[in-house]
Amino acid sequence: MAILSRAVERLFFLAAAGSALLTAALFLLLVHLALPLFEQGGLLALLRSPWDPGAGLYGIYPMVVGSLSIAFLALLIGFPLSLGGAFFITTFAPLPLRRPLLNLVRLLTGIPTVVYSFAALFLLVPFMREHLTGGAGLNILSAALMLALLIAPTMIIFFVDAIRRVPSSYTQAAAALGGSPAQRLVYIALPLAWPGILNGLLLALGRAMGDTMISLMIAGNAVAAPESVTDGARTLTAHIALVIAADVSSLEFQSIFACGILLYLFTAILVLTLRLLGRLPERHTG
Amino acid sequence: MNRSLKKPLVPFAVGVFSLFFFLSTAPADDLDLFRGHKGAVNISGGTAHIPVMKEVAKRALTVNPDIQITIAGGGTGVGIKQVGEQMVQIGNAGRKPTEAEIKQHGLVLFQWAIDGVGVVVNPKNKVQALTGSQLRDIYAGKIANWKELGGADRVINLYTRDEASGTREVFVGKALKKGAVSAKANVVVSNGAMKTAIANDPFGIGYVSVGHIDSSVAPVALDGVAPTEENVRDGKYKVARGLFSLTAGQPQGLTKAFLDYLFSTSGQRIVIDKGFIPVR
Repeated sequence: MAILSRAVERLFFLAAAGSALLTAALFLLLVHLALPLFEQGGLLALLRSPWDPGAGLYGIYPMVVGSLSIAFLALLIGFPLSLGGAFFITTFAPLPLRRPLLNLVRLLTGIPTVVYSFAALFLLVPFMREHLTGGAGLNILSAALMLALLIAPTMIIFFVDAIRRVPSSYTQAAAALGGSPAQRLVYIALPLAWPGILNGLLLALGRAMGDTMISLMIAGNAVAAPESVTDGARTLTAHIALVIAADVSSLEFQSIFACGILLYLFTAILVLTLRLLGRLPERHTG
Repeated sequence: MNRSLKKPLVPFAVGVFSLFFFLSTAPADDLDLFRGHKGAVNISGGTAHIPVMKEVAKRALTVNPDIQITIAGGGTGVGIKQVGEQMVQIGNAGRKPTEAEIKQHGLVLFQWAIDGVGVVVNPKNKVQALTGSQLRDIYAGKIANWKELGGADRVINLYTRDEASGTREVFVGKALKKGAVSAKANVVVSNGAMKTAIANDPFGIGYVSVGHIDSSVAPVALDGVAPTEENVRDGKYKVARGLFSLTAGQPQGLTKAFLDYLFSTSGQRIVIDKGFIPVR
């Protein structure tokens, strides 16, 4: 039996080590494939220069700006919306409505992004063009609005979960002291649920950075670095999708590995932050 | 006397022969190419080719339901790459592959149609004729408002195609004479997406395969020549290219049947029906 349990232990260890190695190998592969570009002046030079293959420039600065501005603007729009949604579902909605509402939000997480993009192309984009931003209507603001809609359900589910996990003895005590539902939410539940809320926020940011379809169809994909939210922009993910069809041996093609490395690093930093934050609530309540 | 006897015979003979010719190449007979085959043929690449590919596939399946034909887009770059790596049996290209590409993958070229690349605007746009230099200035960003061209006082929304597009290569090479495309131009990923974009944007300008032009977009005459099938066929409209299907090595079996059908009378008739210029 001892031998069997040791064998099983080994097996699990190998599985864990294997998947960890795979992740590391992926990163090394990305670096290896992007090497010809780095030899031109390193990742920093790539990050600073524009994209103009005709002039021999394969910089991804415009895409970095595009990705960051679209993702953070989406978060800026989606966060208050989601927090309000979570408050409504946990506290203010009539009791029989709460569960159906949450189920509806869960359903929303499953809608493919191409459906959002398609709807936006025919509804949001013409509206933007005629009434708000002018131009083609394909811009950072349009894409960020759609992305906000995409990531809101994820955030709402996390927020609801975090608020519900606040021990009821705390809120009951506040209720006994005469606190209204709004007061209990703002002064008791929100501070205690904050780490969970932050988790949801970071996860949503990761999803916003990683999404390809919405930015590819709605943001315009212009290669100029955007100067305002009404400008078109190309994200790192959309850039990969657009250039992947280019000749394999070209520097254009190799630039997508630099984009891959950046997205990889960004996700890694997000996950590390999540882990560090995951420890915080224990310290608070423990 | 002899002459008077022969005379009526010649048109008669021609008539009989053409009747035979017509019968022998009637659609049903060309479709025989697909009989007896099994398996699958996967196609990807150029998006201009798709309407013709779909029609051929549809007809092939009516005579032989045992075969599978899949058709994907992706653009010329994808077509060349995937057929080169033998991920598909037929890769479509909207431009002639380079010598390097042909050599590297051992590609065999089949040019089955000629296609123009036409500039298009929204049907509501009054500006439906441009000179070559105006077009170059528009795409370079030097002319930025429709007002400068006699249209509405609105900013011109530029649309272009992705780096791997054969349509883009032909447009930049022959219509813009290798002129610059503004970095602010919106980039779309297929001929279909371009048509949708221009049909929805009253102030947009873009370019598509002439075979894709329909009533949802308005063709723009270039230096007085409209991008129509007739003008491409007569050589008056110069922004044209061949439509290619590529195979890695000589095609076999079902793949060969598919390509043979493209070059048959009925295949070439599909080419005409879809707005392209046949090669036979």
